[in-house]
Amino acid sequence: MAPNAHAAPEANGVAGSDDIVAVRDLHYATSGREIFKGLDIRIRRGLVTAIMGPSGTGKTTLLKLITRQVEPDRGSIIVDGRDLGRLNRTQLYALRQRMGMLFQNGALLTDFDVFENVAFPLREHTDLPESLIRHIVLTKLHAVGLRGAATLMPAELSGGMARRVALARAIVMDPKILIYDEPFAGLDPISMGVIVRLVRQMNDALGITSIVVSHDVHEISILADQTYLLSEGTVVAAGSPQELRTSPAEVVRQFMDGLADGPVPFHYPAPDYQAQLLAREGS
Amino acid sequence: MTLLRELWRALRGMLETLGAVVLFLVRMLAATPAALMRIGLVVQQVYNAGALSLVIIMLCGLFVGMVLGLQGFDLLQRFGSEESLGTAAALGLLKELGPVVTALLFSGRAGTALASEIGLMRATDQLSAMQMMAVDPVRRVCVPRFLGGVIAMPLLAAIFSGIGIFGAQLVGVRLMGVDAGQFWSQMRASVEIDDVMEGVIKSCVFGVACSLIAVYEGFNSQPTAEGVGRATTRTVVISAVVTLILDYMLTAVML
Repeated sequence: MAPNAHAAPEANGVAGSDDIVAVRDLHYATSGREIFKGLDIRIRRGLVTAIMGPSGTGKTTLLKLITRQVEPDRGSIIVDGRDLGRLNRTQLYALRQRMGMLFQNGALLTDFDVFENVAFPLREHTDLPESLIRHIVLTKLHAVGLRGAATLMPAELSGGMARRVALARAIVMDPKILIYDEPFAGLDPISMGVIVRLVRQMNDALGITSIVVSHDVHEISILADQTYLLSEGTVVAAGSPQELRTSPAEVVRQFMDGLADGPVPFHYPAPDYQAQLLAREGS
Repeated sequence: MTLLRELWRALRGMLETLGAVVLFLVRMLAATPAALMRIGLVVQQVYNAGALSLVIIMLCGLFVGMVLGLQGFDLLQRFGSEESLGTAAALGLLKELGPVVTALLFSGRAGTALASEIGLMRATDQLSAMQMMAVDPVRRVCVPRFLGGVIAMPLLAAIFSGIGIFGAQLVGVRLMGVDAGQFWSQMRASVEIDDVMEGVIKSCVFGVACSLIAVYEGFNSQPTAEGVGRATTRTVVISAVVTLILDYMLTAVML
């Protein structure tokens, strides 16, 4: 599969009714660096979609754009039929109530225990009686296997446990879309396996759409239905994990096989090595 | 020319920051009615900013009052009017030292705590997580802390002044032998309600300024360890400078 070969029909800018997120001609630059140069992505309803790519390609930035934590320079982002650029704060917050996001570090509220962290969105957005809140929170904690940890404080949790609590919090409002930012980073193999299983389980059991940003090739090939590979500000390949694994494209091969050098260079752009060594100090 | 250009750039930067602070205040005031619906959050912050600052405020108030008693006695003795020590101590504390020193101590204890707490929440993505949960962090985090500081400051200043007068009495009456009846009666006769109100107004204004600076610096800090440290330092420095400038302006207006 040549770069963009599979991406072409997906990224033709025409969102189908099956698309829950459609990113069209997205341009975004920060600190004088162009992160996205006309990015097109379509995320289909009900699937687990992985966004992969080397570090620094803007995967997390893409999630921030999809949730409008940052604004694009150009292009449009349609989420569940709503153009993000046209929403006011109230409409945006209403849309976000239908989205859940799992941050890389969990982002649990450190003043609250596990129970209160999961109960937080319910207390903020509903007037449910305490007995019902307790019932819902314990159900969600049970789903992630941490009902017994309800009284622990975030500082007492391991990295994997913190992410599972954050997952319980993300699903407590029954969202349509769940977004995971590097859910496997820094986890031991058991915790990683637990998170993979939970992401799949949540997606299928709750009928939601999952967007997973990661560069863990093995976990993504088990988990994802659809994968986008980003590099240099655009989609360089798209398809199922199996299609990416068999792709002959050089950039895909480098990423999937973990090669140190290739289209994504080992060296950060720098002046000529010899000239720099021989140059006088300060010149 | 270069100097002028630099001065203009610095002035423009200051005006931009001032504009941003005013906009932030307007945003907080707009969110205040909603935040007041959950009064428990505000009460919690009054406890954090006020009750937890009580020991340092009382201790400093006592010693400031004692120093005032010593210095006042020494000065007034030269004119043979040491019986006016109560009046001098009360006016000095109620109108000036109470509000100002309380504001300085408040920014050092509660202000830094507010700025670092909010800054750390930003650095650990807690504020972003709230936004993603469709919860406005300004309403949920900043406004209760701001209101807590605004409410706590006049109360702390009143306690500071009260303890300070007690400290001045301790030194003047018990140690230096000023007549207790003269000390209290002269104070009652000379201190007007306007003097008390001057201190109350000052402490309210300082409460708004110091709490606003702390919350603004924390909320707008860089999400790094260095950024949080810088926000904390800026909170203390800016609060101290703003308190003293405002003190002069308020004194000039109310005299």
